[in-house]
Amino acid sequence: MAEYQNIFTRVQVRAPAYPGVPLPSGVFVREGPAFFNYWAGKFGNAQIGPIYLGWLGIASLLCGFIAIEIIGLNMWASVGWDPVQFVRQLFWLALEPPKPEYGLSIPPLNEGGWWLMAGFFLTASILLWWVRSYRRARALGMGTHVCWAFAAAIWLYLVLGFIRPLMMGSWSEAVPFGIFPHLDWTAAFSIRYGNLFYNPFHMLSIAFLYGSALLFAMHGATILAVSRFGGERELEQITDRGTASERAALFWRWTMGFNATMESIHRWAWWFAVLCPLCGGIGILLTGTVVDNWYLWAVKHGVAPTYPAVFPDVVMPK
Amino acid sequence: MKSIAPKWLATGLAGVIILAASGCEMPPPESVQRGYRGTGMVHVANPKTVAAVAAANVAPEAAPAVPADGPKAKDIYKNVQVLGDLSVGEFTRLMVAMTNWVAPEQGCNYCHADGNFEADNVYTKTVARRMLQMTRTINADYKSHVGDTGVTCYTCHRGKPVPQKIWFTADGKDKSAFAGWRYGQNAPAHSVARASLPNDPFTPYFTQAGIIGVASDKALPVKGQTGASIQHTEWTYGLMMHFSDSLGVNCTYCHNTRAFSSWAESSTPRVTAWHGIRMVRTLNNTYLDPLKPVYPAERLGPTGDAPKANCATCHQGANKPLLGAAMLKDHPELAAHPAPAPEPAAAPAASVKTAAKAPAKS
Repeated sequence: MAEYQNIFTRVQVRAPAYPGVPLPSGVFVREGPAFFNYWAGKFGNAQIGPIYLGWLGIASLLCGFIAIEIIGLNMWASVGWDPVQFVRQLFWLALEPPKPEYGLSIPPLNEGGWWLMAGFFLTASILLWWVRSYRRARALGMGTHVCWAFAAAIWLYLVLGFIRPLMMGSWSEAVPFGIFPHLDWTAAFSIRYGNLFYNPFHMLSIAFLYGSALLFAMHGATILAVSRFGGERELEQITDRGTASERAALFWRWTMGFNATMESIHRWAWWFAVLCPLCGGIGILLTGTVVDNWYLWAVKHGVAPTYPAVFPDVVMPK
Repeated sequence: MKSIAPKWLATGLAGVIILAASGCEMPPPESVQRGYRGTGMVHVANPKTVAAVAAANVAPEAAPAVPADGPKAKDIYKNVQVLGDLSVGEFTRLMVAMTNWVAPEQGCNYCHADGNFEADNVYTKTVARRMLQMTRTINADYKSHVGDTGVTCYTCHRGKPVPQKIWFTADGKDKSAFAGWRYGQNAPAHSVARASLPNDPFTPYFTQAGIIGVASDKALPVKGQTGASIQHTEWTYGLMMHFSDSLGVNCTYCHNTRAFSSWAESSTPRVTAWHGIRMVRTLNNTYLDPLKPVYPAERLGPTGDAPKANCATCHQGANKPLLGAAMLKDHPELAAHPAPAPEPAAAPAASVKTAAKAPAKS
């Protein structure tokens, strides 16, 4: 019985390496020999490769490499090329956007110019990778659901680093490249604009973020729980509902009165995931452009409650 | 399936270790509600930290009081410029106290060379005289911040000739002109509690009158008005980290974090802190920075400025310096206003831009 109480991948299929469906004729072919890795098989498919790079993939990797180099070398330069300090301070280091004085103009190289360049190459890399994911999906005759989910994330990225700074008229509004510095930016952003938690699109984004995690856990757990009945063969069970599907459905109807189907659960998951950055991006875009202080906005519209004053005498001194 | 149990045991053990290493703090912190319920206005403190702060903030015993009558110090000693109206007994008692507070190891010679008490030939004596005037100014003019508790030399010095918590304007020079611009931030700086925030928030706010409030007071943007930038916000944020770190409190000691800028939602200590900012600014501009020519080079900062005060100089981890011990009542001579009062130099006004730029200058 304990055989089925599994949370790790237990079956590794080892057939001859499969190169994939034939590609339409073109310049590129899938590269490299396929090989098998036992530990990769613990997480996913044991077969690794062959991979398809194509000119989009190569261009994307190149742009990404340039962006990471600009960011990393600037970080290293900021500690005087000291390798030890680079590692010790890595989480604190950053490549900063230009000062507010420069607006949308081209700043000096070492006062935001590097940041603009890194941003350009990183954006190019991401957009090229998006086109690549679209083209690869089409080449396999797939739908483009993955590409559009990826596009939702790119939307949020573009709002933060490009669209909103454009609307605000200053590159300085954008996010620095760095671990702690980008987190400080996030906190400062909320402080400057009167508490982002009162931004309804931020609320929606959080709901979809946590909702995604919840749905993922519920779905994953449900399928694992009925895998002894062949529940992981979800696709077949969409049209030919077997006992795994029936039991899973019954479980949720018993516990919460309603259930997804083998098909709809994936649509829920897709929409929850996509709506998280989509709403988040809208929320960021409205901040500073349409609303300047979310707390005061929430007071104005009856969203923020009023609490009894514990310190009634506190007023700003003159 | 015999091997299952140890596997689960190992997984469980790993989980416990991760929890213990990441989220759990021993002994469990104690929390005190300070605002309306549900607003998160709670003071959280680890008993271990509280005990350490208590041990580090013990006020020394005061010497027995001496009669105020008898000949005045100015009539007996030469060159007594500030404390001349004290009786000789009071004067001597204060000199002994100052030695214990400031230079217990070095003794009288730290300020008075070779028993020549009237000479001004040691720079520390000039500084000490100015510090006496500063102490009196704080106790007389800044009751809004120090109350009747007041301050003495010991509040900052704690038995050290140079107070441990002082600050200098940051050098702000980047390592290279070509790449690696830091914008005065992105280093694990102690001044901002090891955050990556701008690491010299003192120059724009504690010498210049930089604007600290960053949030808008209108719900919607006003056409043609540019509010504070994100970078400006980070300067304020850095200053607030310094407040928090120096006083051993979190944001909610002064603010309701749902609306940092709102005074109506804030608690009483925010008013005290507001006066404290103005006090520190005046002390730095009127008393501390002007002493620059008096100091030897090794006492000056990287940009050649004099050592200055911030919240930590007095507070040293406690929300009230020395946890509120009232040393001033045993030394009323430090509460009197100095005569003649020094002309307080107006703090140079700094716009948002210069506030953000200041530390970058060197």
